[in-house]
Amino acid sequence: MIRIVFTIIAGVLLGGVVHLVSVLALPKIATEDAYARLAPITKVNTVTQLPAADPSNTLMPYLDPAIAVAVCRYDLSGGSIKLSVPVSQAYTSVSFYTRNDLAYYAINDRSAGKKVIELDLMTEAQHSDLPEDEDVTAADRLIIDSPSTTGLIVLKALAPEPGLMAQAQASLAASSCKVQTDLPAKQAEAPRGKR
Amino acid sequence: MALTLAAAVGLGSTWMTTTRGTEFGTLTIGAWTARPRIGTVDIDPYSRATITRNGELPIGAGDGIAFAATRDDKKKPLDGRCDVVVSGVTPAARFWTLTLYDTKGHLVANTLQRYGFTSEEVVRGADGGFEIHIAPRARAGNWLPTGGIERYALMFSLYDTPVGVATRNRRDAPMPTVATMGCP
Repeated sequence: MIRIVFTIIAGVLLGGVVHLVSVLALPKIATEDAYARLAPITKVNTVTQLPAADPSNTLMPYLDPAIAVAVCRYDLSGGSIKLSVPVSQAYTSVSFYTRNDLAYYAINDRSAGKKVIELDLMTEAQHSDLPEDEDVTAADRLIIDSPSTTGLIVLKALAPEPGLMAQAQASLAASSCKVQTDLPAKQAEAPRGKR
Repeated sequence: MALTLAAAVGLGSTWMTTTRGTEFGTLTIGAWTARPRIGTVDIDPYSRATITRNGELPIGAGDGIAFAATRDDKKKPLDGRCDVVVSGVTPAARFWTLTLYDTKGHLVANTLQRYGFTSEEVVRGADGGFEIHIAPRARAGNWLPTGGIERYALMFSLYDTPVGVATRNRRDAPMPTVATMGCP
């Protein structure tokens, strides 16, 4: 009898350990997380528009049908990324997620305070490698440190009514997400004019 | 024997918590529940496990916050065959959207292709207030069709809002009421 009770207590205690380990491990081992769902339909370091949210779209749960979404799946191993998102009429935001879907930064058009949201995304190592004077000249350049080498940038534009959805999508289509191959930022400034 | 029980208890409780959700770090106002830390690096391990398991991307804290409701103000589960009215006041935000999802988080098909309302398109009364009628059959004014499904969830998303981790109660974030008016 005592043996059975002991077995049950041991089982429940061990169960608690299994529970904690599995909860903590799940983000690392989940095979159908948002990143994995987006990987097949997005290209690395390129902005891809997601299909509009409708009942047949089961890509991800809880997509907001009033919001146009585009994704840049990034990989910083080849250098930092320059992101530029023109602001749509109603509301535009840029959110950053790590490879494990952790939301580490988000900014909207009003806090960016410009017609175009421009950001540089880099790893902490790349940030510390920036020349000192670069930080001074880049006072108006927003630099985001990514905790992981890969991850997702999610661009959102709100359509206040369904008729404005095409407009919201068009403003996202004009955004870009590019690797800065040249390390000195001055050379990387050049392509900006073309936009 | 003990190991089998351990596996069953451990994995079973993980499955339960990631499917049903937990009370950790939630902000409940009336029928609405939000997790203000879900869009930050301070997200709790249970929410983290839940979003990765379900393939969600939570709204980043600098972007906005989402409140979910699966029951009305009287704790009655939201039933797609009943008339439910969402009305009243909303917290400060540049935009809000109210969207209806099935229990898996997908939109519900209807002939109007109406899946929700935004703060801009909702028809308001003379006092600026609004009433959204969530019902299986057409209603005058702001009608959000349920498609007649039994259970659904409402998501009230605020964009560009002061509501967040510092929000404690209704005074900081007055949320609309959710009332079941009648069931056939």
